[in-house]
Amino acid sequence: MSLRNRTPSIFRPQQRVDQSVLAANRKLFDAIDRRNVLRGAISLGALTLLTGCDVSEEEPVQKALRAVSSWNDGVQATIFRADHPAPTFTPAQVVKPPRFNAYYDIEDVKPVDGTSWKLELAGRIGEKRPWTAQQIYALPEQEIIIRHVCVEGWDYIGQWSGPNLKSFLERIGADLTAKYVYFHCNDDYTESIDMATALHPQTILATRYANEAITDPFGYPLRLRTSTKLGYKNAKWIRAIEVTNNFTETFWSKQGFNWFAGI
Amino acid sequence: MPAPAVKSLARKDFARKQRCLHPLPVRVMHWINAGAIFIMIGSGWKIYNDDVIFGWLHFPDAVVIGKWAQYGLQWHFFGMWIFLLNGLAYLSYGIASGRVRQKLFPVSVREILATIGDALRFRLAHDDLTHYNAVQKMLYLGIMLIGILIVISGLAMWKPVQFSELASLFGSFQTIRLIHFLCMSAIVGFLLVHVALALLVPQSLVAMLTGGPVMSDGAMLVAAEAEAKAEAEAAAAAKVEAEAKAAAKAEAEIKVEAEAESEATPSR
Repeated sequence: MSLRNRTPSIFRPQQRVDQSVLAANRKLFDAIDRRNVLRGAISLGALTLLTGCDVSEEEPVQKALRAVSSWNDGVQATIFRADHPAPTFTPAQVVKPPRFNAYYDIEDVKPVDGTSWKLELAGRIGEKRPWTAQQIYALPEQEIIIRHVCVEGWDYIGQWSGPNLKSFLERIGADLTAKYVYFHCNDDYTESIDMATALHPQTILATRYANEAITDPFGYPLRLRTSTKLGYKNAKWIRAIEVTNNFTETFWSKQGFNWFAGI
Repeated sequence: MPAPAVKSLARKDFARKQRCLHPLPVRVMHWINAGAIFIMIGSGWKIYNDDVIFGWLHFPDAVVIGKWAQYGLQWHFFGMWIFLLNGLAYLSYGIASGRVRQKLFPVSVREILATIGDALRFRLAHDDLTHYNAVQKMLYLGIMLIGILIVISGLAMWKPVQFSELASLFGSFQTIRLIHFLCMSAIVGFLLVHVALALLVPQSLVAMLTGGPVMSDGAMLVAAEAEAKAEAEAAAAAKVEAEAKAAAKAEAEIKVEAEAESEATPSR
């Protein structure tokens, strides 16, 4: 069948190989033709239909997957570079307004009344006196122009300003050796971050976007903005901050999303 | 009728260790990789669907892994460890054992073009199962490089801040996503060909389960005998053909002579 010249290549393995399979299946090899290729391709298409069912929700499977997700939390904490800054951008690259995302639509946002709002403090904090918006807005500000990365895959450049979280935690006498900082929100959302991220130089309590007070859909009067986490870790409409060593599942981690969610 | 050449071949390989086409570690790693790729592609499609790169392309629910986004993500960040660790083991084994160098190098452009020509005319030679043709070499080397690139782009997409130096090599975040997607597309394209050919030549599929032909002296004898037999058959066929030709020629000569004779008759 082969009409090709057999040129002995110096790179050919010296050891010749068992040709009995070929001899036994000579007919089969000779029968390879276009029609068979097409038939094979169609069978392959049929194979893909077998993947329809979802075993992810089965108790043991979900348990195993969440165990791996927890392991991944540890890996991410290990590779986290405490002082490594995220890339920053120019004001010209900033998207206005920012992109909205929550567990409900933008029409369902319940605005917070900034005049009566107070930030409560709980857990391992020395000075737990609540803060008014006015007091917080009077603190020294830091501006970061950073990329927002959503777990869904989209991203945009945002320009955020507000008090640095580490400075604020120091100011209120928080235990900086505690493990977690929790954010309890007005829309019953909760999120928490590890202390290393809370102390990162690009983690702020944002009060302004592109030099203007943040608007209702984006967390007025106070939200978290950190350059090292996925979008959903950046709690909006913060009602209380809690410093603690106790881990409790948060809004999205309860549903199976990765807790650490570092980028 | 085993020729003397057969004996010398057998003797030469006597001292060598018995080895089959696909040693056990290769088979184990191949099937672990198959499972990991299945998980990574199915869950990757689920993640892709949450924010599509191309408006016209959504993967149907029937072919994605994970009913909800978080399940797709869980599978992806579970499968990545299997794909990564198994891939590292495979490459280390391939390089340390010399298998990669032996099977996949060298590849020449001329050889690739010749093989493509053969393939398009469905005239690929399958004279040696264990010797990869140029296109096979190119595809296997290419898919290894794609496998490395999809891991690196995945790492850059997972950690664009922690590994910002790496991410900046790719460009924007969406560029990384696109590269990761294109790597997936290349793997899917490879798989279509790879699986179709494995189904067409089921022995190759069996070989990836059982190890395939044993490259030992005993098997060498069988192979050489089969080859010698085929050659003898071909020679015999050629001989028969030559004889038939000679006979036909002789017949034609007789005919011509007879005609000459019959033409000559009337004048007699």
